[in-house]
Amino acid sequence: MSAVTDTVRVTAPGNPVGRSIRDSLVVARRNLIRMARIPEMLIFGLFQPIMFVVLFTYVFGGSIQVGSSSSTQAYREFLMAGIFAQTVTFATAGAGAGIADDMHKGLIDRFRSLPMSRGAVLTGRTMADLVQTALTLVVLAVVAVLVGWRTHENFGKVLVGFGLLLLLGYAFSWIGALIGLSVRTPEAATSGGLIWLFPLTFISNAFVDANQMPSFLRHIAEWNPFSATVQACREMFGNLPPGFQTPDAWPMQHPVWASLIWSVLIIAFFRTLAVRKYRSAA
Amino acid sequence: MPGAIYAEGLVKTFGNVRALDGVDLEVPEGTVLGLLGPNGAGKTTTVRCLTTLLRPDSGKAVVAGLDVLKQPDAVRRSIGLSGQFAAVDEYLTGRENLQMVGQLYQMKAKAAKARADELLEQFNLADAADRTAKTYSGGMRRRLDLAAALVVSPPVMFMDEPTTGLDPRNRQQLWEVIKQLVSGGTTLLLTTQYLEEADHLAHDIAVVDHGKVIAQGTSDQLKARTGGERVEVVVHEREHIQSASALLDKYSLRGAGQGDTTVEDHMRKITTPVSGGAKLLAEIIRDLDTNGIEIDDIGLRRPTLDDVFLSLTGHVAEAKDDEDTKETAK
Ligand SMILES: Nc1ncnc2c1ncn2[C@@H]1O[C@H](COP(=O)(O)OP(=O)(O)OP(=O)(O)O)[C@@H](O)[C@H]1O
Ligand SMILES: [Mg+2]
Repeated sequence: MSAVTDTVRVTAPGNPVGRSIRDSLVVARRNLIRMARIPEMLIFGLFQPIMFVVLFTYVFGGSIQVGSSSSTQAYREFLMAGIFAQTVTFATAGAGAGIADDMHKGLIDRFRSLPMSRGAVLTGRTMADLVQTALTLVVLAVVAVLVGWRTHENFGKVLVGFGLLLLLGYAFSWIGALIGLSVRTPEAATSGGLIWLFPLTFISNAFVDANQMPSFLRHIAEWNPFSATVQACREMFGNLPPGFQTPDAWPMQHPVWASLIWSVLIIAFFRTLAVRKYRSAA
Repeated sequence: MPGAIYAEGLVKTFGNVRALDGVDLEVPEGTVLGLLGPNGAGKTTTVRCLTTLLRPDSGKAVVAGLDVLKQPDAVRRSIGLSGQFAAVDEYLTGRENLQMVGQLYQMKAKAAKARADELLEQFNLADAADRTAKTYSGGMRRRLDLAAALVVSPPVMFMDEPTTGLDPRNRQQLWEVIKQLVSGGTTLLLTTQYLEEADHLAHDIAVVDHGKVIAQGTSDQLKARTGGERVEVVVHEREHIQSASALLDKYSLRGAGQGDTTVEDHMRKITTPVSGGAKLLAEIIRDLDTNGIEIDDIGLRRPTLDDVFLSLTGHVAEAKDDEDTKETAK
């Protein structure tokens, strides 16, 4: 008899934080299993950044001036932080498409009818995306080394750089989560997650030295959240080109802090909106 | 104390569609309510409101003694839901799907796995337990989804068209599972398009149309509302239709609000409302015989839930059309 009643009543766990973490891990695990079973997603996700590495190093490499140098090697090292940062922001599309798909298939309804923590479905998804982003970065870094990218700082600083990249990717996956909950189809979530990333990443210091932009664009680029992480990575990797003049804008002077602050703000803002949207999703 | 499921005046509009227009329901503990209604009547919307998925614009809902609007989290701990469309993760195996749901009901991983195995057995999915749900047939997915709703055997269950797409054998088996659950004290609200299913499983039936409950009662009560028995005669020769129809009129209850004698020419079939049962039937047969009317078939028919359904929802639709035409005529 007690065996029956054990399963009948579901008790409210005492600690909501513990429950939230536990539920998020269950959902993250589910998403990781999915990723392992659909490896195409990871592989296609690598095509574009690898293509960018090759195109920018070999096609534009010799013609773009950064700092006071127009050597191919200086540009190559300058470029990688930009491509790394752009790549991590693609997590937006992944998270968005995944959540839109779950909505579409009725899985979000299933989750919402369960006595689980309210933010766990989205947190679990973004955590799984973080793992995917990390894997992508590893592969991309290897490719970068193969085409001649080198770091010139100690290992700890290099790790800080990658840490900031992961945090940025995590923040952007929350933007994706909100997009995924707001659109009707996974396809719309993918394009909705990517369209605005191109202007965002191109009006930044990712591919060119922002000092050489017209002043209007330069201001945007200097305050672009994305530029802060790129600049921070260049400092942490020792990839600033010879003769590079650090702009006076605060985020460029303190890029590590700026990158941290931007990412945390993005998470706080979009997580709040996304969780609210999840609770009322119809 | 209100029943295990109680709803009063539920209203929900989507844009200018009034999906629920004041739904009232009450399901006593340990019983099954069958929700019947044509497509678009508001069955799914009702279920979604009662399972915390949708917030009604107004009205009151209590499930397992808990206010759905004020204590949604507590309600979720007391319910199991199987929606109209199977909600399973295609890239997880059957076992992984159920285990995940168990863990999200706050079971320990090991207990969730053991429970998953039990359910896979119960729903004939043990052989497919380690295949991804993507490889399942429609009926298998449906069963997996139902199993997910039963992971913790909650006191109150909601099933939206649970047997749609199941073959007869699996439908029978699900009925058995449902009966077991209910005999164990579970309260169930089930929507269905199969009137036979409602007849078979439900203690009470509510017919919904245009977002309102237009009739509620036991299957027998509803059938009684639609009228009593009918005699159906199929004559052998087409030329006998007239005379047989005139003869049956003598026995007919027409005029007593029970409908009229109807003739289906192409089938040579005459139907008329009667009362008197088998004795009357024998009398009619003798009468037909003495009048030299040869028959292919004769029978006494009691109304089915199909008749109830068609007469109730058909009537409402007509009445509404009448109103519309009156208004435009003015
Ligand atoms: N999310 C929504 N947005 C707009 N309209 C909706 C939405 N959900 C339901 N409706 C409308 O509400 C009405 C009731 O729909 P509901 O799904 O509850 O019907 P149902 O009785 O379950 O029908 P069926 O037998 O086809 O499943 C329909 O007119 C439907 O178009
Ligand atoms: Mg429905």
